[in-house]
Amino acid sequence: MVELSPHPIDVRAVEAAVAGIDCGALLSFVGTARDHNRGRVVTGLEYEAYAPMALAELGKIRAEIAERWPGVRLGVVHRVGAVALGEPAVVIVVAAAHRAEAYDASRYAIEELKSRVPVWKREHYADGTDWIANRS
Amino acid sequence: MNVIIRYFAQVRELRGRDEETVTFPAGTTAASAYAALGLPVALPVAFAVNLERVPGSTELHDGDELVFLPPIGGG
Repeated sequence: MVELSPHPIDVRAVEAAVAGIDCGALLSFVGTARDHNRGRVVTGLEYEAYAPMALAELGKIRAEIAERWPGVRLGVVHRVGAVALGEPAVVIVVAAAHRAEAYDASRYAIEELKSRVPVWKREHYADGTDWIANRS
Repeated sequence: MNVIIRYFAQVRELRGRDEETVTFPAGTTAASAYAALGLPVALPVAFAVNLERVPGSTELHDGDELVFLPPIGGG
């Protein structure tokens, strides 16, 4: 499962899509919309994606994981549009035979997503908005 | 040659539209197209042609889809 969604993400559905009896580790990372950033109070977020390229890059990340950690499966869903505070903005689920490769692959997926996948975030504040870039 | 340009985030707001088709002379690169449109050089954009990240020096071809990528913020 590799998706962009304008609707709240069902973490359990992403888990169900990658889970299997060959896996002893099912690891979910849920990135949520936070109420503060860089000293400012955040009232809400919105995400915008270059969808065809974002999906292609996520597919590449999934293929890289399958090659680097054979047998490991990735599910990833990223929100687009408005995201309320506390809601998941991104869900990454890794299914693996063992925990070590699950943690490694999960970290790889989120770091690569944040550096490569064309998604933009706009934070809303009481007095305006700003586009916020990921720190490298 | 005609190039399809799609705009996102800050670049979309600066340009005031989501996409357009622009005619450029042969030899135009991704970076020179950005400059020719009068978009701000202070914004550190990357470039994508036909869904692949490319260097700014990449020459464009008729029918290409060009996107200027401002700093991303996913996750």
